[in-house]
Amino acid sequence: MSKKITPAAYDSKIEGNVTFTKLDTAINWMRSNSLWPMPMGLACCGIELMATGASRFDIARFGMEVMRFSPRQSDVMIVAGTVTYKMALAVKRIYDQMAEPKWVIAMGACASSGGMYRSYAVLQGIDHLLPVDVYISGCPPRPEALLEGLMRLQKKIETEESVVEQKKELLKELSH
Amino acid sequence: MTSSNAVDKIETKFQDHILDKSFFRGELSLTVDKLKLVEIMSYCKDELLYDYLVDITAIDNLGIDPRYEVVYELYSYTNSCHLRIKVGVDEADREVSSVVDLWPTANWHEREAYDMVGINFSGHPDLRRILMWEGYPFYPLRKDFPLAGKASEMPDVAFSEPVPLEGGPFVTCPSSDATDKREPRSREII
Ligand code: SF4
Repeated sequence: MSKKITPAAYDSKIEGNVTFTKLDTAINWMRSNSLWPMPMGLACCGIELMATGASRFDIARFGMEVMRFSPRQSDVMIVAGTVTYKMALAVKRIYDQMAEPKWVIAMGACASSGGMYRSYAVLQGIDHLLPVDVYISGCPPRPEALLEGLMRLQKKIETEESVVEQKKELLKELSH
Repeated sequence: MTSSNAVDKIETKFQDHILDKSFFRGELSLTVDKLKLVEIMSYCKDELLYDYLVDITAIDNLGIDPRYEVVYELYSYTNSCHLRIKVGVDEADREVSSVVDLWPTANWHEREAYDMVGINFSGHPDLRRILMWEGYPFYPLRKDFPLAGKASEMPDVAFSEPVPLEGGPFVTCPSSDATDKREPRSREII
């Protein structure tokens, strides 16, 4: 019978003790609970993003409150707002500057699909340029929706198997 | 001094260079000779105290000659009155003298008119595109430019694609119909 290994959790009772878990699970647990967002607020959605960071919605409950304005220090880029072609160049550049592993959230109709701006000036969805992990609908999405999106991203990160993948790649290389 | 006084003064001083004058709902507009533009503008600023340049915009009157029109919106804080100055611009010669030396705010307004309609402001210190990126090949606010945009590409820098309009744009057609008939309807784009 196989037993699902759940992510380890802080337990004051076993502090100082040894806990067994999978390396991937431990890595994912750490990664998913300290997501540092890069707030790419480009239009009205940026206001909701700010609201999410403020006291009423308190994004700190999920370990994502450390908004980094330097791409070098952030894990997840929240593209909040209308991506014009001119700004798209800057968004892409900032994404390229972020260190791996990195994720992207397309917040709102504009970032996901161009939204109501069907015009020559607007990129019809940031996924033309970047690999998007979570799309959040709404115009603008409520802060709750953004938090839900971030929690889905956490769920997604928990399913990643970076060490296993690495091992597989190594074995493949060795077999050649 | 009111704007009609100002217009009278301009007319006496630049008689032959005023091409048209119109009065609509209390707003005075003068169409002036393109070559005399800077002279008239500096007269407006220095003598008539129009110290504030509210806006510069360009209009594409496709099918009419001259095709473009550059519109200057002036305001005087001293006398609390408006004045609108226009110049016609030919398709063949899209040069207009810059007024950046008179009102520094003209810098970005002229860049926008250049970016969107393609008016070349001679004497502008830094005439670059302001809303589209440098190297974009079109002028999007011209009447013959489709709303959906055109495909363009600068390798490794930027691209743009026509957008899917899917039955749009949804616009209210001007009509005298009852309100329910004036709801936004899908209209074919030409
Ligand atoms: S999705 Fe709506 S609220 Fe968000 S940037 Fe676009 S227009 Fe603004």
